[in-house]
Amino acid sequence: MNYQQARWAEPLIFELSKLGRAWPPPSEKLLKSVNIPKKLLRRRLELPEVSEPQVVRHYTRLSQMNWGVDSGFYPLGSCTMKYNPKICEELAGLETVACIHPHQSEDTVQGALELMYKLEKYLAEIAGVSRVTLHPSAGAHGEFLGMHIIRAYHRFKEEGQRTEVIVPDSAHGTNFASAAMAGFNVVVVPSDVRGRVDLDALKNAVSDRTAALMLTNPNTLGLFEDQILEITDIFHSAGGILYHDGANLNGIMGKTRPGDMGFDIVHYNLHKTFSTPHGGGGPGSGPIGVTRELERFLPVPVVEYDQKHNRYYLDYDRPDSIGKINGFYGNFGVLVKAYAYILLMGADGLTEAAETATLNANYIMRKLLGVKGYELKFDSERPCKHEVAFSAEPLKRETGVTVRDIAKRLLDYGVHAPTYYFPPIVPEVLMIEPTETEPKEELDHFVDALKAIVEEARSRPEKLRTAPHATAIGRLDEVKASREPVLSWRMHRRLKG
Amino acid sequence: MPEGLYYTREHEWVKLEGNLARVGVTDYAQDKLGDVVYVELSEVGKQVKQLAESKAKEMELGAVESIKAVSTVHSPLSGAVKETNATLQERPELINTSPYNEGWICLIEPRALEAELKNLMDAKAYAEYLKGLE
Repeated sequence: MNYQQARWAEPLIFELSKLGRAWPPPSEKLLKSVNIPKKLLRRRLELPEVSEPQVVRHYTRLSQMNWGVDSGFYPLGSCTMKYNPKICEELAGLETVACIHPHQSEDTVQGALELMYKLEKYLAEIAGVSRVTLHPSAGAHGEFLGMHIIRAYHRFKEEGQRTEVIVPDSAHGTNFASAAMAGFNVVVVPSDVRGRVDLDALKNAVSDRTAALMLTNPNTLGLFEDQILEITDIFHSAGGILYHDGANLNGIMGKTRPGDMGFDIVHYNLHKTFSTPHGGGGPGSGPIGVTRELERFLPVPVVEYDQKHNRYYLDYDRPDSIGKINGFYGNFGVLVKAYAYILLMGADGLTEAAETATLNANYIMRKLLGVKGYELKFDSERPCKHEVAFSAEPLKRETGVTVRDIAKRLLDYGVHAPTYYFPPIVPEVLMIEPTETEPKEELDHFVDALKAIVEEARSRPEKLRTAPHATAIGRLDEVKASREPVLSWRMHRRLKG
Repeated sequence: MPEGLYYTREHEWVKLEGNLARVGVTDYAQDKLGDVVYVELSEVGKQVKQLAESKAKEMELGAVESIKAVSTVHSPLSGAVKETNATLQERPELINTSPYNEGWICLIEPRALEAELKNLMDAKAYAEYLKGLE
């Protein structure tokens, strides 16, 4: 273990500020040219005044005290923290991309509209759906939109009594929340002993009140729902809609398509599967694709192509549309990165990504199976998909060391912790998603670290309970952080008095 | 495992006090949840139903939020909520430190006590039930 994170006693940039140090100060000419109405002008702006090298050093130091996929292995299950090719960043940063404005006339943004139109087509092909909208700015936003389309569909069919959305207990928390926020009643169905949706419970839950099923496939245990055709059959015969949570698309991309499984609405997280940076709070992009039957309900505007005049345009004339869900149209920068990524990889490359991601997860699974302290609660006989959910419950029972302690200790080995305590149906769970971008040496280092930690749990558990030790900041008080969050520098300043 | 209390499969406990029933979550529940950071209490006067196979809103007595998860507190008995433990708003950690005493969640006036007690477990049965979960 040789990892040591940088430790800087770095103040806030506001605390570095000295009046008049910013260079060059905004010129009178500039201030005049922006033409802000007098009543909106503020006398004092609370912006830090620091020199360029101060800014560079400040943020370099902060980045050295941080962990990201650019610093090392980041197997955060269900988040798909794959490496993001820098060329995608470069393209999204081009002036012609970054500086266009949503109020520009259509004639001046033909390239942008073409990119969106084509990206929609690519995504539709990847998931096996008829039409895609790029509007949603995050995964949960896509779910929320999906729920609204489902309601619009049932109302259109004059079946407004369909008020229940069925969600398996292994689902992402956002599924329950999105359905509830859209006004549906959530019905939870349990998983069976194989870690798949309990088919009998599902049959019992379905009725003429059923609006939809939200399902992630592969599910959050990294297992493929192999009864999926039967599930979609049950729902379609009961008049319900099938919603596919695309968080785990990376495990099946190019191999199979949710549309072919019978899903009516398919969601994608461009910020996961299509390799745009995330994890810092955004910006995300959670498009959804729909079957032909549901197209009429898509939010406005829709990007259309007029073949006769070879011109792309935004179509607002859609009487059955659920309306607008975004100020303009999606997070364009993220769309550019996803488009570039798809072109960069090609169809073969995307398929290979899913294969390698799955291979990597299975490599870790096989290496860890049989290590005393960890166990698989479900279906250890067959391969997993792109992620694997180990339980560290045996280790807790033996030594009292919790999965949180393991996760924190992993940082000392120079590895970001996997997702832990999710999904909640596995006690002391470590949900590991290595992604396709990691070489064998990195996977071996991770497995060795997990094995070493088991030994440490027996020989010196205190080292684990107080971990991490090699990071800029040690064990955080998560309870205090939840109860008394300090969310802005103003709050921070007030606390400091 | 305190004797004399009644327990649910969802890890709530009930203590009979005259014509009222005091409700909280068990030590097992708080241990699984981890550090509690927030407790959502139901309104006084709310009519609740005893938890049955299919859960519904009218069986909810509130929610306990830990740094790991949010968990619904289900009503072990049908009746009306008479009082809630307001101290938990300020000191949610009482659920962890004193689940059977200071960490109580609410007082219910039961509607069908006799009939519904049959659906609950005593300390011995609950201990057996927990063994089965390990």
